[in-house]
Amino acid sequence: MPEGTMNQGIGASVRRKEDKKFITGKGRYTDDINRNGQLYAYFIRSDVAHANIKNINVNAAAKCEGVVAVYTGEDIAADGIGGPICGWTPTNRDGSAPKEPPHPLLAVGKVRYVGDHIAVVIAESLEAAQAASEKIVIDLDNLPAVVDPATAIGNTQIHDEMDDNVYFDWELGDETATADALGGADKVIELTVTNNRVIPNAIEPRAAVAEYDEIEDRYTLYTSSQNPHLTRLVMAAFMMQIPESKLHVVAPDVGGGFGSKIYIYPEEAVCTWAAKKLRKPVKWTADRTQAFLGDAHGRDHVNKVKLGLDKNNKIVGLRVDTIANLGAYLSAFSMVTPTYLHGTLLSGCYDIPAIYTNVKGVCTTTVNVDAYRGAGRPEATYLLERTMDYAARQIGMDPAEFRRINFIPKDAFPYQTAVALQYDIGDYEPALDKAMEMIDYANFGSRQAEAAKRGKYRGIGLSSYIEACGIAPSAVVGTLGARVGLYESAVVRVDPTGTISVFTGAHSHGQGHDTTFAQIVADKLGVPIDSIDIVHGDTDRIPFGMGTYGSRSLAVGGTAISKAVDKVIEKGKIIAAHMMEAAETDLEFKDGKFTVAGTDKEKSFGEIALSAYVPHNFPHDRLEPGLEETAFYDPLNFTYPAGTHICEVEIDPATGVVDIVDWAACDDFGNLINPMIVEGQVHGGIAQGVGQALLENAHYNEDGQLLTASYMDYCMPRADNLPSLKIDYTVTACTHNDLGVKGCGEAGAIASPPAVINAIVDALSVVGVTDMSMPATTEKIWRAINDATAKAAE
Amino acid sequence: MYATTYAKAKDVADAVSQLKGADEGKLLAGGQTLIPTLKQRLASSDCLIDLSDAGLSGISDEGGSIRIGAMTRHVEVETSEMVKKAIPALAALASGIGDRQVRNCGTIGGSVANNDPSACYPSALLALGATVHTDRRDIAAGDYFTGMFETALDEDEVITAVSFPKPEAASYVKFPNPASRYAMVGVFVAKTSSGVAVAVTGAGQDGVFRHGGLEAALNSSFSAESIDSVAVDDSVLMSDMHASADYRAHLITQMTKRAVAAC
Ligand SMILES: Cc1cc2nc3c(=O)[nH]c(=O)nc-3n(C[C@H](O)[C@H](O)[C@H](O)COP(=O)(O)OP(=O)(O)OC[C@H]3O[C@@H](n4cnc5c(N)ncnc54)[C@H](O)[C@@H]3O)c2cc1C
Repeated sequence: MPEGTMNQGIGASVRRKEDKKFITGKGRYTDDINRNGQLYAYFIRSDVAHANIKNINVNAAAKCEGVVAVYTGEDIAADGIGGPICGWTPTNRDGSAPKEPPHPLLAVGKVRYVGDHIAVVIAESLEAAQAASEKIVIDLDNLPAVVDPATAIGNTQIHDEMDDNVYFDWELGDETATADALGGADKVIELTVTNNRVIPNAIEPRAAVAEYDEIEDRYTLYTSSQNPHLTRLVMAAFMMQIPESKLHVVAPDVGGGFGSKIYIYPEEAVCTWAAKKLRKPVKWTADRTQAFLGDAHGRDHVNKVKLGLDKNNKIVGLRVDTIANLGAYLSAFSMVTPTYLHGTLLSGCYDIPAIYTNVKGVCTTTVNVDAYRGAGRPEATYLLERTMDYAARQIGMDPAEFRRINFIPKDAFPYQTAVALQYDIGDYEPALDKAMEMIDYANFGSRQAEAAKRGKYRGIGLSSYIEACGIAPSAVVGTLGARVGLYESAVVRVDPTGTISVFTGAHSHGQGHDTTFAQIVADKLGVPIDSIDIVHGDTDRIPFGMGTYGSRSLAVGGTAISKAVDKVIEKGKIIAAHMMEAAETDLEFKDGKFTVAGTDKEKSFGEIALSAYVPHNFPHDRLEPGLEETAFYDPLNFTYPAGTHICEVEIDPATGVVDIVDWAACDDFGNLINPMIVEGQVHGGIAQGVGQALLENAHYNEDGQLLTASYMDYCMPRADNLPSLKIDYTVTACTHNDLGVKGCGEAGAIASPPAVINAIVDALSVVGVTDMSMPATTEKIWRAINDATAKAAE
Repeated sequence: MYATTYAKAKDVADAVSQLKGADEGKLLAGGQTLIPTLKQRLASSDCLIDLSDAGLSGISDEGGSIRIGAMTRHVEVETSEMVKKAIPALAALASGIGDRQVRNCGTIGGSVANNDPSACYPSALLALGATVHTDRRDIAAGDYFTGMFETALDEDEVITAVSFPKPEAASYVKFPNPASRYAMVGVFVAKTSSGVAVAVTGAGQDGVFRHGGLEAALNSSFSAESIDSVAVDDSVLMSDMHASADYRAHLITQMTKRAVAAC
């Protein structure tokens, strides 16, 4: 590599270019944006879970000082504005379409969860809007709340369009073959696995600043989003019913999303609509309570699992019946998350000849549930890895060994699962072996004995996971009910002086794209990363892109960049051949130089860039001037990161406190572009998974009140909940993208919850505990020990 | 937040007269509890009277006791050599309150005035037999805490300091609520010339309380084992999504054992 680019290319742990602004507090978030004469929106939310609206009287509020307007659902309906839509719908097992009841931006006739939007006050200050909101008189006729997904079906009806509270009833796999396999199995292991409901908690709450330009007849919306083009498309075409080009969406610096900022929520749309009505910019920023109540929650599944084994303990069949709580309304990915992102992953890393799953998506009077870091795949991994562990215990086999004999063998790839996916490549044993070595699995027994001397129960738990990410092939997802394409786009613009701007459709909200994407370009073009700017998040600047979720930015967006760079190099070669009077076939490009094979002729990348824009000596007969290329990349398959995480815990039986004492993670993400950033993603993912396993829970009481609506009650993981993590990798390069990369953003959150719970169950197995639900709170553990001890004494 | 005004009191008398003059005046100490409740419009006040310049901070050794001014921040108690020497359990308690930011702002007066049922200080006051000094009187800790968020203070009464008699030995052990990290159960055990006192916070339906049964057992034999046979009645304990009453009762026993062992 030339001077200045050393250690900046693919594989280098380059420090994140974007961190300076973030750690010095110079990030520019939506709430930092203020427009002249802006008004402030304050939403009045339902404080009951389920009720008919008898009357809303806004007269007194509208007369308050500083108030410009008060709107209700009727005003929205009168203007024909639509609500959020579902972006991906599976087909019911009887062939019918799922139910998609409307989601009005402001409630019409009924409220369906605590936090449902009833009205909005728009005023000259937030204080005035808030004060006026207290003058709105809302007359409600309460209906019973429906909170528990397990009993939601056939309970009090929530939507007119759905008499049984079932949005969809979907299946995947061969039911008969699976029944036969289970029928003929030597043993059938049965377990009910509940995946607790969690709240995303992005550090930056959602926000919107909307304005309308009367002269241009054009809207601009600044919003905290993971996918500005998706927001523009849905809002223009389905909600506002305006030409797409008349809506400009900017997602500036965004402080985390974890999935919750994929969706288009009522607040953003109402602000945009009101900005035109009032001819003034309208701003709204959620406070933390609103984020708890209003951001789409995650998980919330109940699964009944049956796993059949033959006499050699090889898996012969798996059946999973799932009830997924989708909450009061559907949002963009709420139906695909528990179906195609869940059922398709049920084979895990294992060779399972017959699998069948039925998933019912149910409606409850709780906020909507949608994709949350991992989206469906953590739920699938959790139920499978819990069942694997439970089964190993039942048959008296070491859980590592039980996994090993059931792994898809290395030479079986590409491997067609029984649930639609074809894994291109993988090798699961080396990751298991390495993780076991990292944590010294072999000597666990002596550590356990030593802990016992101190009165502690020590346990070890494994989780071997796979995920399908790099979401992904449009043709495939289209046949599965997706209403969008899932390619990614990139424009690579080389300036006359050789600096480079990369415009990407992916969106960075913590992932480090400014650095990782620049490294790809630097590596390929042999230029320093400081000469590369990554531009994202602004629909007026970037090509149409699908945004960031599903660990897709690098595998899909990064590949698009790589392809656009290839086009730049190809064009550069033609220019260079012309300038050096050589045959194109003799041209080589390496380390930032175009050379003619077998000669000492060379042109630097900068010289070629200049001549592309000052085309005095230029192959005009073959090329247009300029050096700017676009690529859209639509992959042929998902990518399949996999690996093994092992967690070791120590439990204090006197209190139930769990201490995670060690953690080994060995992941296969394919090639790594920036190992430091990858490690950071793994750390964050593990922390989030540990949060779900031990601490986090969205707790609705039976009246449908969210009791965990602040950090006083909702427990986020902190640094002291985690040990120093041991992270390592194996590499099988993805076979179908240019970079050989797979994606790492969600893996930690997918792998970790079962590792924690399996370790806890292992620790408590000394007193006879066989199962534990998430979050494994200290009280649950204390009670499990008591109950098991009492049972043993009987 | 509802609109309000802000003024600094120059001394205690000024604070009292400003309080009397306002409709809904509120004393502002570290603001760690008051400001969030105002921001969420759970409370309103027409006048915030800031005590930071009222001369109420500082720690002094009064011979038999340590006197801590109402505006003394948790961090000052945590790091005070005087407190660490005379009542190390009190410095340790202060070091376990909230996080660094909270300890840099929060005050003992604010904590004691607020009497949050999960706060740490009230257990120290009760177990050590402290005295709450106000602008008009001295109140014994045993008479001061009257229920959840309730105290013996009059509407316009200002705490000026708290005096803690020096114990022979003392220890505070807290089992934190995992989310808030306030006490889910906190037990302060103090050994003084008049016997052993055990005060429990975070658990009682009426806020902080002393546990007679545990005290009796420890008075007869000051050892962790001596309380094995003591029943902790859970019918007077809080039960919520974080911990049910029987678990809290169990934790009271466990935390008491640990506190005794650490004395
Ligand atoms: C994140 C967080 C974590 C915390 N964790 C803990 C914990 O683990 N343990 C714990 O014990 N506490 C905890 N606290 C509480 C904190 O330590 C403070 O003690 C508490 O918030 C009140 O003190 P303050 O000085 O901030 O009072 P303020 O908030 O200013 O006032 C509280 C109330 O007391 C009144 N008041 C203040 N001073 C006086 C006075 N001199 N006379 C009469 N009335 C007065 C005020 O009018 C107000 O009503 C935590 C707080 C936060 C924000």
